[in-house]
Amino acid sequence: MLKLTNISKTFNPGTVNQKTALDHLNLTVNDGDFITIIGSNGAGKSTMFNAICGSFFVDEGTVELDGENITYIPDYQRARYLGHLFQDPMKGTAPNMTIEENLAVAFLRASTGKTGFFTRVSNKNKEMFKEHLAMLNMGLEDRMKNPVGLLSGGQRQALTLLMATIVTPKLLLLDEHTAALDPGTAAKVLDLTKRIVNERKITALMVTHNMNQALELGNRTLMMDRGHIVFDTSGEERAKMTVEDLLQKFTVGAGRTFNNDRILLSTAKKE
Amino acid sequence: MFITWNIIQSALELGVIYALVALSLFLSYSMLNVCDLSTDGCFTLGCAVGSIVAIAGHPFLALFAAMAACAVSGFITAFLQTRLGVESLLAGIIVNTGLYTVNIQVMGKSTLNLNDTTTVFTMLKGFLADTPLADWSKLLIGVLFSGVIVLFLLWFLNTRLGLSIRATGDNPDMVKSSSINPAFTTTVGLCVSGAITGLGGCLLGEYQKSCDINMGTGMVTIALASLIIGETLMAHRSSIPLRAFGVVLGSCLYRVIVAIALRFNLPASALKLVSALIVAVAIASPQITKMIDFQQKKAAMQGKNFYQQMLVLFALATAVLVGFGIVFAEARAMLLFLAVLTLAAAVWFFLNWNKTKGDAKVC
Repeated sequence: MLKLTNISKTFNPGTVNQKTALDHLNLTVNDGDFITIIGSNGAGKSTMFNAICGSFFVDEGTVELDGENITYIPDYQRARYLGHLFQDPMKGTAPNMTIEENLAVAFLRASTGKTGFFTRVSNKNKEMFKEHLAMLNMGLEDRMKNPVGLLSGGQRQALTLLMATIVTPKLLLLDEHTAALDPGTAAKVLDLTKRIVNERKITALMVTHNMNQALELGNRTLMMDRGHIVFDTSGEERAKMTVEDLLQKFTVGAGRTFNNDRILLSTAKKE
Repeated sequence: MFITWNIIQSALELGVIYALVALSLFLSYSMLNVCDLSTDGCFTLGCAVGSIVAIAGHPFLALFAAMAACAVSGFITAFLQTRLGVESLLAGIIVNTGLYTVNIQVMGKSTLNLNDTTTVFTMLKGFLADTPLADWSKLLIGVLFSGVIVLFLLWFLNTRLGLSIRATGDNPDMVKSSSINPAFTTTVGLCVSGAITGLGGCLLGEYQKSCDINMGTGMVTIALASLIIGETLMAHRSSIPLRAFGVVLGSCLYRVIVAIALRFNLPASALKLVSALIVAVAIASPQITKMIDFQQKKAAMQGKNFYQQMLVLFALATAVLVGFGIVFAEARAMLLFLAVLTLAAAVWFFLNWNKTKGDAKVC
């Protein structure tokens, strides 16, 4: 499905701010994988996502999606096959456009082939939007003509999720997409994510700072540090793992103690 | 009579023609969020190309030629800012400057006369001669063209391309993760908006039977003023059809205000200052409102009378203006400043009258 081979990225090379964000990273994602990714701040999680979706071109290595080499394909062309959600709920929707128009943008962009520049959404499509919105259980289906700017952060993030998956993407990238929401809303959006990913069998990568979540969700867990993947677990080994094991693994993998407040806090919450 | 129907009618005729420029800014400024400062030169280019082709005997072809020429100008502005990394405002200014030379070259001299030329206006007038509609022919053509452009925009903004253009202006972050190429949508948007400006310029040239190298000066401000008046008239609704219609209405209202101002013997040159003030006040109004709210609160906390303070300030300002008038011994100057002040106050009132979107973007 997705294959990252030896990718590296250094920001501000040759200056005092030089930062190697990705360091010869290798990753193979199989069809149908739902991978959770953890790691401290600056470990390169978001940078890896940006490398996959093409916000920048990598310095070294190749990115392959479905057997096709997309290393030098610009971001807007890759976006047709990728769904990308950010931590900031304001980033994924256009506030002055209505819910319907936002969905139309998402729908028309991703449905390839028969759509020309002047395609419009049909009434049938609008019905389909409505059905999808009803799935969110947020009453948005009755507010199709409202500008998205009027919605709350959680509603906007749920809508963004819907937009990213309204045409099934080959790969869904979730970059801490519930971190900016209140606990109740976060749980709701997360449930929704699980449901959509399972129902449509979408291959997904999800960054989280919550260790329990990292082990509960999906079928595989990665840990990143300093631009490397230091630990990769799935199957039975993963099923037996506890949060403590995970922390232990991190120390071994990274060769230093794990000192990230947010991660420590999120593990403490469980106890 | 002070205001006759004739005056209103010619104001409306101008209004619907200038509405095309306002509509082009509706696309580039309100939708794409690019302030295209090449509009001034583009408008003149449309008029110049249109006039030359009309003089050559093709009044209809003139419209398309003007649109094509201005689409090219829009393309150059877009190319500078999307591919070559020139700041968007600067790109507009650069193209605007360059267009001056181009316009002179197209026209061959600094003014053109179309008095003996067949234009779309004279054609329709000839066609409708002896019918009761004869006197309405100019207005009809203006309404027809701005109507067609409004319909075109309504259709266009709901197509995949149009929606992408709106998303580009509305949320650049979102565009990055959608399969929209902002360079492409910006280019298309500016080409289309350029073409609409060009159509406006060409129609105006044929309407007033002349073309002048300086006719575009301040066009972008005037169009913005119309746009802002229009959006205010529509109470900042989000529905696109209402907004587009409001823009045409705003342009007509602006021309009516101008016609009334002219009846007050205001010098025609004062109008640019008036439109500059309308735009400045309208765009500054959310900030001013905030400031006033704050001062009001502060005055209340300190037990002072806010309105008294305001009155003193106002009296001071008036005294300064009147003093200015006396020093320059110009009754007209005094009148002009008072008129400007009243207009500015009126616009401000208008904007705050439906203060539904306190700190939202004006357009």
